[in-house]
Amino acid sequence: GQSADTLYSLPRFGNVHFLHFTDCHAQLQPVYFREPSVNLGLGEARGRMPHLVGEHLLRAVGARPNTREAYAFTSLNFEKAAQTYGKVGGFAHLSTLVKRMRASRPGAVLLDGGDTWQGSATALWTNGQDMVDACLALGVDVMTAHWEMTLGDKRVQEIVNKDFKGKVDFVAQNIKTNDFGDQVFSPFSMKEMNGVQVAIIGQAFPYTPIANPRHMVPDWSFGIQEENMQKTVDEARAKGAKVVVVLSHNGMDVDLKMASRVRGIDAIMGGHTHDGMPAPVVVSNAGGKTLVTNAGSNSKFLGVLDFDVRGGKVQGYQYRLLPVFANILPADKEMEALITRIRAPYEAKLGEKLAMTEGTLYRRGNFNGTFDQLIVDALMDVKQAEIAFSPGFRWGTSLLPNSAITMEHLMDQTATTYSHTTVSNLSGAMIKTIMEDVADNLFNPDPYYQQGGDMVRVGGMTYAIDPNAKMGARIQDMRLGGKPIDAAKVYKVAGWAPVAEGAQGEPVWDVVGGWLRSNKTVKARKLNAPRLIGVKGNPGLMA
Amino acid sequence: MGNPMRIRANASGDTVEVKVLIRHDMETGQRKDAAGKAVPAHFIQTLVAKCNDKVVLDAEMGTSISKDPFLSFKFKGGAKGDKVTVSWTDNKGDSRTDEAVIA
Amino acid sequence: PGEVFAAEWQAGAFDAKSLADAVKAIGGANYTVSKDVSVSGPEIAENGAVVPVVVSSTIPNTEMIAILVEKNPNPLSARFTIPAGTEPTVSTRVKMGGTSNVHALVKADGKWFIASKEIKVTLGGCGG
Ligand SMILES: [Mn+2]
Ligand SMILES: [Mn+2]
Repeated sequence: GQSADTLYSLPRFGNVHFLHFTDCHAQLQPVYFREPSVNLGLGEARGRMPHLVGEHLLRAVGARPNTREAYAFTSLNFEKAAQTYGKVGGFAHLSTLVKRMRASRPGAVLLDGGDTWQGSATALWTNGQDMVDACLALGVDVMTAHWEMTLGDKRVQEIVNKDFKGKVDFVAQNIKTNDFGDQVFSPFSMKEMNGVQVAIIGQAFPYTPIANPRHMVPDWSFGIQEENMQKTVDEARAKGAKVVVVLSHNGMDVDLKMASRVRGIDAIMGGHTHDGMPAPVVVSNAGGKTLVTNAGSNSKFLGVLDFDVRGGKVQGYQYRLLPVFANILPADKEMEALITRIRAPYEAKLGEKLAMTEGTLYRRGNFNGTFDQLIVDALMDVKQAEIAFSPGFRWGTSLLPNSAITMEHLMDQTATTYSHTTVSNLSGAMIKTIMEDVADNLFNPDPYYQQGGDMVRVGGMTYAIDPNAKMGARIQDMRLGGKPIDAAKVYKVAGWAPVAEGAQGEPVWDVVGGWLRSNKTVKARKLNAPRLIGVKGNPGLMA
Repeated sequence: MGNPMRIRANASGDTVEVKVLIRHDMETGQRKDAAGKAVPAHFIQTLVAKCNDKVVLDAEMGTSISKDPFLSFKFKGGAKGDKVTVSWTDNKGDSRTDEAVIA
Repeated sequence: PGEVFAAEWQAGAFDAKSLADAVKAIGGANYTVSKDVSVSGPEIAENGAVVPVVVSSTIPNTEMIAILVEKNPNPLSARFTIPAGTEPTVSTRVKMGGTSNVHALVKADGKWFIASKEIKVTLGGCGG
């Protein structure tokens, strides 16, 4: 077998070092995680990272199928590879890797790209405290945010001003007050590393008040704020920074566009779109070159970026995205003990076996995954609705065939602060409007108009989609039971996680949990994937 | 009449940046209340900003300026300690004037 | 009491129901598209009722800047008269009924110039 020493020996390069994880979605324990088999890139983005899946991605980075690497970066032969190589991530294992990299890289800073305090039962039940404590133990130095905001602005301020005070710099150049437009958090953090001044600029998720409930951050505005980013870079340089890194939660396509337009950034270390990219993209701009990386999700990866800085200039770099294999990296004892303490009060609840699944359950991909299929199937059944919607969230772990679905697994798919179920009477015209709106957030050719989620998951209704078409013309051939959807007719539609204030419906985990308990065994889900138009041969599509 | 404005005026070099937050409903006249009755239009129409006695911005507004209007602009020729005055008048003839000292 | 305003509120321009009519009422129908005029704002509005917009001109002797939201029932949102000494850049916040082009119409030295930006108003939800 392979040992940690052979897999994780990465000699130090240069004198400035960044360690980066992002979008762990509160996964403290090792998990299975299936990478997407559909991640379409359109227009300029076609065939370009991050829009490469399966063999296409392996070929682009010179990796072979049926290897440990292929298991980490693709969904090729997922079930077999998962049995061979085991679970990924887990904070105790990540911690061992962080310590290992720190030992060979004096002064290295650890960056947390956000989506850290949400995504698990314990994060929800402790109001994010479990992750705050785990991140302090992990030694996070600088952080930015997205889903953190769904704990509410007061809670975020409390953590930043108390738990993180003097320990973790919470940075965001693009969060401002709604009254006079004042900066809410520090735009960047300055560090001295081995005699070199470095600046880490924070870029929180630009569309937080749109993608998530605005009433949770009523006094703050976000946005991409490209001009202010340039101003912030210039300010950091003027204050002596020789290396400028943006810790970004833009999503990779937005980062690529920003890198082409803003000058003076050495690297954008990104998240949000959960793209585990084995290599950086080098983007040219008027000021030189900018590296763009994305470090996946679920604490499955640690990005290691080394710069060789001499004469006040970056002379070279080395980047590796190291997968965290839980069977290879021993658990860090202190972190393991902390996680055990965090989970102790909840173990019985977390471990409840709701049902057995016969098929693989996963979420990630542009269209319905099997776990979302299970959710919409349950919603339609319990709510007696003819159609169901589930949001195109990218977080959520995977389960292998013939395993137990526990309460913890269900919460991994559903744990938000606004997971109410809804039942609405929507006209066919309204359904079409919703589908077109979401499709444009995913497939708009200009990345600045994309929000970085996937297509809304649909139960009951079938449809076709032409992702290259203009907004209003992408969604076609909507049918229910084979009959075309009537624009004027009203349909009963179930859903969950509404962004509007005042929803009262019972939590989705109660609805789906009850359905699982009464079913006991769940057959492999039949995916209600749309018929795709005009994307044949797209390398964002697995054969 | 009405609620006081919040005005910030800050000088840096010979440029003064003014930010104004006004409390006003800016009713469009197209909204209906809970009882289904049309809410009459009520909105600021004109605004003038002065530094001491010199007009530094003159604005006309329509109903599509957001509730609690915000304005920001910069002018030259003001100094710390000078007075910035902002006045508005709405379509019902209400008006209000507030001032701030340049910091 | 007795405030003297330099500009009179022009009902015809603010009541106009189309972009063309509003521009005509202001007197700026004969405009050219200019790179020296800019509209900046979010690509996607966080809240259609409160959309921050900055209109700006670098054309010498800019005397007036208007903001027009093309698809609003009354496109003209505001018009600013810029006295000498004031920078031709104004930030404000506008209401948008839906996705629309937002225009900055500028008058400088008696000539008219325009710049535009599309701002999207979306239903929201979803995310990575
Ligand atoms: Mn995420
Ligand atoms: Mn995110």
